[in-house]
Amino acid sequence: MQAQEIFDKLKEKFNDDILELKADAPSDPIILINGAELFNIAQFMRDKEELDFDYLVDLISLDLGDNLGAIYIFYSMKHKHRIALKAIVPKDNPILPTLENLWRTADWLEREAWDLMGIKFEGHHNLIRILNPYDWEGHPLRKDYVTPEFYHGMKVPY
Amino acid sequence: MGEKRKIELDYSQLDSERMRLNVGPQHPSTHGVLRLEVELDGEIVTDVIPHVGYLHRCFEKHCEKMEYPMVTPYIDRLDYISSMNNEWPFIMGVEQMMGIKVPEKVEYLRVIVSELNRIANHQIAIATFGLDAGAFTPLLWLFRDREMILAILEKLSGGRLLYNYFRVGGMAADIYPTFKEDVLAAISQVRKTNPEILNLLLLNKIFIDRTASVGILPADVAINYGCTGPMLRGSGVPYDLRRTEPYSIYDRFDFEVQIGKGEVGTVGDCWDRNIVRYREIEQSCNIIEQAINQMPMEGDVKEAFPKKVRPPKGEIYCKAENPKGELGFYIVSDGKNNPERVKCRSTSFVNLSVLPEISKGYMFADLIMILGSIDIVLGEVDR
Amino acid sequence: MGLLNRLNEPFEGGGIVLGTVEDILNWGRAKSDWYLQFGLACCAIEFMAVNAPHFDFMRFGTIPRTSPRQADFIIISGTVTLKMAERIKRLYEQMSEPKYVISMGSCSNCGGPYWEHGYHVLKGVDRIIPVDVYVPGCPPRPEALEEGMILLQKKIRHEAIFNKRKRIAEEDKKLGLNIK
Ligand code: SF4
Repeated sequence: MQAQEIFDKLKEKFNDDILELKADAPSDPIILINGAELFNIAQFMRDKEELDFDYLVDLISLDLGDNLGAIYIFYSMKHKHRIALKAIVPKDNPILPTLENLWRTADWLEREAWDLMGIKFEGHHNLIRILNPYDWEGHPLRKDYVTPEFYHGMKVPY
Repeated sequence: MGEKRKIELDYSQLDSERMRLNVGPQHPSTHGVLRLEVELDGEIVTDVIPHVGYLHRCFEKHCEKMEYPMVTPYIDRLDYISSMNNEWPFIMGVEQMMGIKVPEKVEYLRVIVSELNRIANHQIAIATFGLDAGAFTPLLWLFRDREMILAILEKLSGGRLLYNYFRVGGMAADIYPTFKEDVLAAISQVRKTNPEILNLLLLNKIFIDRTASVGILPADVAINYGCTGPMLRGSGVPYDLRRTEPYSIYDRFDFEVQIGKGEVGTVGDCWDRNIVRYREIEQSCNIIEQAINQMPMEGDVKEAFPKKVRPPKGEIYCKAENPKGELGFYIVSDGKNNPERVKCRSTSFVNLSVLPEISKGYMFADLIMILGSIDIVLGEVDR
Repeated sequence: MGLLNRLNEPFEGGGIVLGTVEDILNWGRAKSDWYLQFGLACCAIEFMAVNAPHFDFMRFGTIPRTSPRQADFIIISGTVTLKMAERIKRLYEQMSEPKYVISMGSCSNCGGPYWEHGYHVLKGVDRIIPVDVYVPGCPPRPEALEEGMILLQKKIRHEAIFNKRKRIAEEDKKLGLNIK
């Protein structure tokens, strides 16, 4: 299925929560959605027969200045098509629903996005840091992150 | 004497106490600095909690601070066993954004070096897996063969392990005069010793006893967990990016996608994952042989170099089939010299997340085998 | 070596070689160093290659041990992150004296390619444990690591065992240092 058809299908079901389709080359086609409805949209995409996105390829977190963004890439093993969803959340209250119960991959990917970018996933069973130490402070991939001077008495900068 | 009383036993009270055991981060069979928190009931594994991040080297932060060509060396250091394969998707993504078409010779050269590196990677994977099972000889044999491949890659790029060989629009250096002979010699050596490894290790009775029907990963679970590469193919799903979405010139070669069939046990067990790796070595030899015969020996590999690597505004997800699975880079460019954001879809990270699921209920010794069969590289898990 | 050279001119009757006890002890210690088997990052793969038949590390008398308590020296092969640093210190402390450290690769020497933006990388393992031999390179060639091993052996061979404090103090005096 082409990106346009997938977009139409989603638009039909969730009309206002699907915002737009960005498909200008060289970028990959991305569907912009309303973050609050993410879980329902994703569930529909996974369970609908013609869509059947059974494989969550990746979750990308972005720092967009005032907002944070999350991009989900899906692939269907059966129909061999892929699509990306993008949700934008405000930086002072970055909350998205978790997809952990739909794709188990999301468990670690969401923990990573929380660790590095600070997006909270509501309903995640164990949202703790994964790459940085558990007592690390701050979210390193945000553009305004400042490297700490010391960690447990060890000097960090060169 | 009193009356005999009937004693009622509540068997759930007799449950032995669960033990929590820490494996790693310094442990010879965790393949690096992985730490596993294992909950044991006697010798049965009831829960595994992997703790990763002991090698978190801030790859994505570095990408934002570096110019595009300077990112390649850091990509080498992700999956440091198969650096050539790693560089490819990133370079391909930048090329797609800039609309660069690379010459024929470069495409062939890329295929050849990547497949050579794939062989080297699988050799290490099988060797260390054998080591986990207690077989030391295959390690020595496979490392001996691997040196031949490393010698070729070193002559091409100048590095033994980390190559920094791919450039946007071409390669860093041209081939050397005896390249073709060297590659053919290396392949025939690999083909000669491969059956020996099969007899020595993979068909060994002890090895089969330890790996057959251990760590079974059903296909639907594998897909739900996002596993790719030999992990997924071992479960019988023929998903190989070189075949399903052919990139570069992979549609010109004749090779078979290997899947696990459960020959000695159940589909998707540890043995299947390893036989897939073993057979992929043979397939890679076939691809290299075809490629080296079709490759134009004349021509310039630096022909399509752009003056300045500065992709236009846009975002792209570019992926390639790494020896361990699907490796992808999501590149966000805002028209500057530095990428705005690079996200690495790391294969080992996703593959490792399935470990708790497939190791419950097995013996502790089997846990080590299951971990070995996933074939992780901590540099890529932690990035 | 000094000891073995003297074998050519033994005392009458043969079989007797004169040397100091320190010589003999150091000779033995230098030729059978056991190391802690411990890989950290990309350098560890090169380290594996050193162990493999082509480069044959064992001819130096080294045997991998999996426990720090049985090891004479440790090879820090790769990037030391902040999360790992405390564990490395712990491992080092568990080793019994005398103990030595080889730092393999730019990363553990000084932070390597991650020196500038690595918010989670320790810029040099010598910030937490003392290092005896630094092997530069990213990754070092196997030959380079072998040279590092030879240097470590040299160091062990010339080490003082008896009256250590007194002799070191004398040397310090010669150098004009006044360390208490
Ligand atoms: S010095 Fe280079 S090869 Fe060694 S661990 Fe560091 S980055 Fe890897």
